[in-house]
Amino acid sequence: MVAFLLRRVLSVVPVLAIVAVLVFLMLRLVPGDPAAIIAGETATAEQIEQTRQHLGLDRSIPVQFAIWIGHVLRGDLGDSYFFRMPVTDLILQRLEPTMMLGLAALVLSVAVAVPLGVIAAFRQGTWIDRGVMAVSVAGFSVPVFVLGYSLAYVFSVQLGWFPVQGYARIADGFGPFVERLVLPALTLSFVYVALIARITRTSVLEVLNEDYVRTARAKGLNEREVVVGHALRNAAVPILTIVGIGLGLLIGGAVVTESVFAIPGLGRLTVEAVLSRDFPVIQALILLFSAGYVLVNLLVDIGYALLDPRIRY
Amino acid sequence: MQPVRTDPEVGTADAAPSAEAPPPAAPRRATWRLALRNRAVIAGGAILLLMVAAALLAPWLGTIDPAEIDPASRNLSPDDTMTVVLADGGTVERTALFGTDNLGRDLWSRVLYGTRVSVVVGLAVAVASVAVGLVIGLAAGFSRRLDGPVMRVMDGLMAVPGILLAIALVAIWGGGLLTVILAIVVPDVPRVVRLVRSVVLSVREEPYVEAAVAIGAPLPMLLARHVLPNTVAPLIVQGTFLCASAMLSEAALSFLGVGIPPEIPSWGNIIAEGRSLFRVHPHNIFYPGLFLALTVLAVNILGDGLRDTLDPKMSRRL
Repeated sequence: MVAFLLRRVLSVVPVLAIVAVLVFLMLRLVPGDPAAIIAGETATAEQIEQTRQHLGLDRSIPVQFAIWIGHVLRGDLGDSYFFRMPVTDLILQRLEPTMMLGLAALVLSVAVAVPLGVIAAFRQGTWIDRGVMAVSVAGFSVPVFVLGYSLAYVFSVQLGWFPVQGYARIADGFGPFVERLVLPALTLSFVYVALIARITRTSVLEVLNEDYVRTARAKGLNEREVVVGHALRNAAVPILTIVGIGLGLLIGGAVVTESVFAIPGLGRLTVEAVLSRDFPVIQALILLFSAGYVLVNLLVDIGYALLDPRIRY
Repeated sequence: MQPVRTDPEVGTADAAPSAEAPPPAAPRRATWRLALRNRAVIAGGAILLLMVAAALLAPWLGTIDPAEIDPASRNLSPDDTMTVVLADGGTVERTALFGTDNLGRDLWSRVLYGTRVSVVVGLAVAVASVAVGLVIGLAAGFSRRLDGPVMRVMDGLMAVPGILLAIALVAIWGGGLLTVILAIVVPDVPRVVRLVRSVVLSVREEPYVEAAVAIGAPLPMLLARHVLPNTVAPLIVQGTFLCASAMLSEAALSFLGVGIPPEIPSWGNIIAEGRSLFRVHPHNIFYPGLFLALTVLAVNILGDGLRDTLDPKMSRRL
């Protein structure tokens, strides 16, 4: 077990290293002087020179990479020239809305999608099953921003149930916070629901043909006990896997959702950074999102290895 | 652990190539005929053909210049009448079927011309990702020396959420039709590479391939006779899903203002421009959004149908 954990944790290192190299090389793909690009469009010759010295941009590429990764590992992600502050502080400022949005969408998706998938599997071939599958295909097809604006138009503009846009910090009161989070979370969760419901249906269908499900029914368990105790429990691994993998989709969706609902989170920051060509911020965000994605999937892997004694790699 | 099939837009990070699984059979003519009789293939294909036709025939479908700014007909509602000034100075009345935007540009014309961008991006991304992924996947599958390094780079690329990678690439290269296509292709390539490599690895274990190797069949012949035919079905299926997700990605990039330049009408651009007035004039978002969702839906349904008929092993898993 310890060997497995160690192996799995170490397997993350090369992936993250490759991501770091890619992010580092990103700046070298931009035409022009890297020092001038990092210092920003408004920098003076002196500031550019300072940046060059600080990052060792006059040295060889491997040395530059070593200096850069050294800074990153110590939490120094450079300065944003557009916002005129350290990138780390900037990210911390924008972290809460994105975390809350993602968390709300995640909880909502799992709460809706898993029951939908289970029902569809148990009623395979009926109109319920076809309905769930149709919702799932729609989830992959309706663009996040179209859904977001449609929800905002109906529920905020027409019915006036929710504020149209914006974000309220949780520290400023729970009511306004929830009120403003409902529509963005619904918007973001749709594609995730589609994904999770589909996988849940497939994995439960697979499990339903197993001997132990027949045994469970034969010994007189009611359907609820069969679903929860046997079917769902054994179908949990693929469901958990897709929850982890789908996180990439969630991150991409958050970037768009935050733009639709004017939420000042990391996704909005990504777009602002790209529009102002603020490369230290872009680099930091890609590193952060990728590391988060890889680490969550690591936790998912470790999680079900701990829960399911059959899993050994 | 049972490998989980996921849709290509979310990647197949966990779908470890199962070397034991037999390779999917190459589609025969009978399979193709089966595919063409599949209801999903017919329905999805028909809508898609309609969209392609709309893209090609846009100038003749009652459209006017989609970039024509007309201050006199700003923010018209759908079905309102607008007056168009002709080149010779005369005027003609026409119905603005979808209304106009805040610059007085005709939405019906913009949406129809926007079809062109989506169709071009969808097809170009699908073809380019499959072509590049096929070459790299074959190389990784056949060369033990290349396999490790190539797959590590692919793992690294897959660790970056796709749309984020595309946004970063557009930031580097600047916005434009070609750069948007390339920026969407890069995150898609690793997914194709994984698929092709897994087919190669499983085909290599087949007795008929071992026999061919044993009698000294040259590599090009091995590829042409045994490997490529086995990749056709899964690649067509995956290419279809890549086409759908590429259309969504392009629209998202354009919507965020980092995609197709604003002077070209694309569905994402039209929606982006309609944002400021969406509370009063939702039609600027509604119509392009409807076209986009319908087109992507058609391609997804087509992909589902193709998967069920061409690649039945895959469809049993999902």
